[in-house]
Amino acid sequence: MSLDLEPFLVSLRLGLWVTGLLLVICFPLAWIFARSRGRWVVWVESTAALPLVLSPTVLGFYLLILLSPRGAIGRLFMDVFHLRLAFTFAGIVIGGCVASLPFMLTALKTGIQGVPTQLLDASYTLGKGKAETIFRVVVPNMKSGIAAGLVNTFAHTIGGFGVMLMVGGSLPGVTKVVSIAVYERVESLDFASAHVYSAILVALSYVGVLLLNRLQRREARR
Amino acid sequence: MLYFDIKKRLRAGANAFRLDAAFCLEEGSFLGIRGASGSGKTTLLRCLAGLCRPDSGGIRLGEELWYGTRPPVFLPPQRRSVGLVFQDYALFPNMTVYGNVFYATGDRKRTLELLELARLTKLERHFPHELSGGQKQRTALARALGRRPRLLLLDEPLSALDESLRYSLGDELIRIQRETGVTAILVSHSREEISRLCTEVLELADGRILGAGAEDRFEERFPSGAVELGPA
Repeated sequence: MSLDLEPFLVSLRLGLWVTGLLLVICFPLAWIFARSRGRWVVWVESTAALPLVLSPTVLGFYLLILLSPRGAIGRLFMDVFHLRLAFTFAGIVIGGCVASLPFMLTALKTGIQGVPTQLLDASYTLGKGKAETIFRVVVPNMKSGIAAGLVNTFAHTIGGFGVMLMVGGSLPGVTKVVSIAVYERVESLDFASAHVYSAILVALSYVGVLLLNRLQRREARR
Repeated sequence: MLYFDIKKRLRAGANAFRLDAAFCLEEGSFLGIRGASGSGKTTLLRCLAGLCRPDSGGIRLGEELWYGTRPPVFLPPQRRSVGLVFQDYALFPNMTVYGNVFYATGDRKRTLELLELARLTKLERHFPHELSGGQKQRTALARALGRRPRLLLLDEPLSALDESLRYSLGDELIRIQRETGVTAILVSHSREEISRLCTEVLELADGRILGAGAEDRFEERFPSGAVELGPA
């Protein structure tokens, strides 16, 4: 058994990128979904939730088409930034963002909905603008929602397989994430290494969920 | 002088409801608005605070036009000199008593003055979930006064309290209103509470003013819409 740590490093790097990007992208979206009463919201929200129910292979297939040099997004990135997306780390970051989007979005939306509208109204009548109200009132009062978004997104991303394989393939040190490494070890009948990789993933996920639950229990007591 | 003439159509379930209320109030007065649940009291207060936009009419405090239709003017709550005490206080759970008041004032000295005024000095490090109903009410009041508002709006601030506390905090309200000289509007469904606390009374039913005037001359009829917004 030879244990290669590189897939872990790729997965961790991927998890951090995807989680950070989604936190920034999803907050305004979650705000709109939580507060808007427009009829269009349900359509956009359903589209954003699609990765939750879609087969990762199907999602990965369409992403591969879009991100390939002839696809709409791939060609745009190539023309504007001279950056290839398919079978690169940037490509799996985009794939990870699409696949994990509903996890972050749902958690943030639930967190925002949990902050009573009266707190926002109170802040406005105290002379504060929307940005200050969001950072000083909304964000501190939805900590468990943010934590749920971070943990769920990170855990889902580092455990991702189908989308990563379709969009990134298995390039060591670039796109070969830990779940692909597990798959390859099983395929070559190296069960001992597959066990070690899997056990580390299970432990990481468990610690994340445990910390999240502890935070949520503490918040609920307040 | 505070003038308001607020017309707003509301949809509450299947029932359409129209608020149509006009009134003028001397600055420094304490007006009580009474009426049954669903009579439009809270909507009226929210329109005055700028949290809700009327369909037509006008709101003016002294020289400042807060809302008007010709030309269209709508000042958001941030630009109105207004303080609002919510029915359930709406204290920020992530901040202490001091933090809640400081959020409004942005000034340490003013915050300490207000804590003193509301007799909260000993509780300044407590979080809202550690306070009793009366302490929460006093914190909300101190916070609402933080910006030195010219108009203080109180949305049933005593309704969640037991009777003895309601009585003593009512006295506190009168004391603070007199000490600060702020124009105050208290909304309540309790006739007794308004008679005890307020100098002027306005009665609402189904969005319309049934009667208004000084507490001792209340029976005089005051037809809705009789007040016209005076020039600045």
